[in-house]
Amino acid sequence: MVEVPVPKEKWTGSIGTIELGRADGRDGSRPLRLGGARGLPFLSFEDPEARTVALAGWVADSLEDVPRPVQDAFGERVNDPVSWAMDWKERGADLICLHLTSTNPEEGDASPERAAETAMAVLRAVGLPLIVYGSGHGEKDAKVLERVGEMAKGERLLLGHAEEGAYKAAAAAAMANGHAVIGFSNLDINLAKQIVILLTDFGVGRGDVVIDPLMAALGMGLEYSYSVNERIRISALAGDSMLQVPMVCDCTPAWKAREATDDVPNGGPTLERGIWWESVTALAALLSGADIVVLGHPEAMAIVRDAVRGLRGEV
Amino acid sequence: MPTAIEIFKHLPKKNCGECRYPTCLAFAMQLANGKAKLDDCPHLSEEGRSALASSSAPPIRSVKVGVGKGAVEMGGETELYRHDKRFFHPTAFALRVTDERDEEEVDGRLAYARSLRFERVGQEMGLDLLELEYRSGDPGRFIGLVRKVADGTDLPLVLRCHDPAVMAAAVAEVRERRPLLHGADAVNLEQMAEVAKTAGCPLVLCADDLGRLADLVGMARKKGVEDLVLDPMPADPKETLERCTIIRRSAIRRTFRGLGYPIYLSIPEGRRGMVMAATAVMKYGSLLVFEELPAAQALPLMVLRQNIYTDPQVPIQVRPDLYPVNGPGPDSPLLFTTNFSLTFFTVMSDLEKSKVPVWLQVVDTEGLSVLTAYSAGKLTPESVNAALQASGAKERSRAGVLIIPGMVARMSVKLNEATGLRIVVGPKESSGLPRFLRS
Repeated sequence: MVEVPVPKEKWTGSIGTIELGRADGRDGSRPLRLGGARGLPFLSFEDPEARTVALAGWVADSLEDVPRPVQDAFGERVNDPVSWAMDWKERGADLICLHLTSTNPEEGDASPERAAETAMAVLRAVGLPLIVYGSGHGEKDAKVLERVGEMAKGERLLLGHAEEGAYKAAAAAAMANGHAVIGFSNLDINLAKQIVILLTDFGVGRGDVVIDPLMAALGMGLEYSYSVNERIRISALAGDSMLQVPMVCDCTPAWKAREATDDVPNGGPTLERGIWWESVTALAALLSGADIVVLGHPEAMAIVRDAVRGLRGEV
Repeated sequence: MPTAIEIFKHLPKKNCGECRYPTCLAFAMQLANGKAKLDDCPHLSEEGRSALASSSAPPIRSVKVGVGKGAVEMGGETELYRHDKRFFHPTAFALRVTDERDEEEVDGRLAYARSLRFERVGQEMGLDLLELEYRSGDPGRFIGLVRKVADGTDLPLVLRCHDPAVMAAAVAEVRERRPLLHGADAVNLEQMAEVAKTAGCPLVLCADDLGRLADLVGMARKKGVEDLVLDPMPADPKETLERCTIIRRSAIRRTFRGLGYPIYLSIPEGRRGMVMAATAVMKYGSLLVFEELPAAQALPLMVLRQNIYTDPQVPIQVRPDLYPVNGPGPDSPLLFTTNFSLTFFTVMSDLEKSKVPVWLQVVDTEGLSVLTAYSAGKLTPESVNAALQASGAKERSRAGVLIIPGMVARMSVKLNEATGLRIVVGPKESSGLPRFLRS
């Protein structure tokens, strides 16, 4: 028989590791260790160690931006972020991605204090590591993240997010209280690198940064994200130290694609199609380099968890 | 692929222009980019031709299944990563029909296969082939199925049968349609290669070990069959990803020469199958044959294929038209943006988020984003006005106001002159739209 040599790429770099969640083991929680990849995703011949892909369950403390099928999947529990997050825990989520949308100054305008209490209540109840976002309004988010950061000192949150032009507040909130921070950039490898440089120049340790290069959903520019992510990961493995950080991909925008939620002639049952829409978006994220995948629908998480097992060759 | 200069050395250097390029060097550059064919040069010497043909042959053989307009071309790929240039031949999708099904079931299956057609950003998407599988053990039944399906569809066919005698009889029915034969394995290679050679049809080689697969390639080529497709028989997503990656990398990096062929994958039903399929669309699968393909999975997979196989240098464009958002009426304001898909999707999503009823006019900018289109002269007051007139926008929105992207605020005065509408400068970033519209 002919021997086919395994064509390994000769990578010189690797992705740094990061730990999220309490490190002291109090309340029975354990930290989540991410990153460390030494090869392209799921190629065991490049990187024999099965790296962790963490699945984050999406939770919001107000319902304006929550897609209908996601609300339906959790029923009454969406009205209480603690209960919603508990549901995710029962379904096996590795961490929770909490959006404090109640603080939106154009809607509920909840106080930073109140939002931080919500975050603490979720933390205490579920005991899983937490990603925390504000509502996407710069000035308000700065106050919200500052308060959340203070109250959750020692919990090693992942704060979202810092971007070029508005990174100091999130970075400071993380640095002051030992949290990690998400560096967001808009579909561009150079911008992804730029935000890591800005954050580290500001004083954030590279081991405290996770990048979010913006995961465009299936049918809504997925090909751009797929290639940007892939280029980021390849550059990192080839030695670009500023890109050697774990990557988070939020796949919930899949629910904004019309083809995911509208009736399509011969398109099959809408809900099932929507679940696959989010799952396929997540698969593209996984194969292009994601270390954390944020998901909205519990069925999509079940599919993606099984996909991770399958890609590792586990039954 | 050799460089333009290496190619140029072998060209006649007459600069005759008969290849449609002004000089031999220009032609060489097109060849190096894969945009011209060697045959376009009428004065190439035999030595030059053979030297260039062997060195410029794509690392993965191109194999055609079917004939005419619907023929499916697989392989011919030159890249590992789509951002390096592009992937050329989108993963083909086939639905399996077995000969255990009765006539009525087969009819239902064919009707279902026909129904899986969608139109998206101006492209038709659907199933590309049908696979007919010999499972019954009754050769007459299989041949009956082949005849029936051949009459009932124009789609190219895959015949799946590992009994060379039965395959020979089945191929005889549809030989002129150039079906793909699945296939040859370690047991039947000699006879199956003979069947493929006699019929002049491409052949799939099956082995669940890449070394054995390479052995089969060597044997098939020795028998004179060159149009080959590889079935590495993965059992799970991991094997799908790793085997396809090793096959593709070996060929592109030229670390091993025996595996430079398109890849066939049989996709089991269920979730794991769908994960294997999505993995194979992204990572190097050429032809996926589905045991089952529910519609709710077909559309996401076809869109994934469309996304991944988009030429990174040619943006996807949406249809220039007037789009109603959030149920607008005659009093609702009018906005415009470009037909670059990413710009459109972003703006659309932000408009929907605002919950404010508006009309969105999409202007044809050949797929450029707002600022790029403006700089390139593809977004002008005249082109905006022409788009508004073509769609009847000014009749449907009677508010008399046009909200323009903040990036092109400097168009305001001329736009006002061209359209007669009052111009309101919107936010520079689409994300500012909800707030802007609500205030």
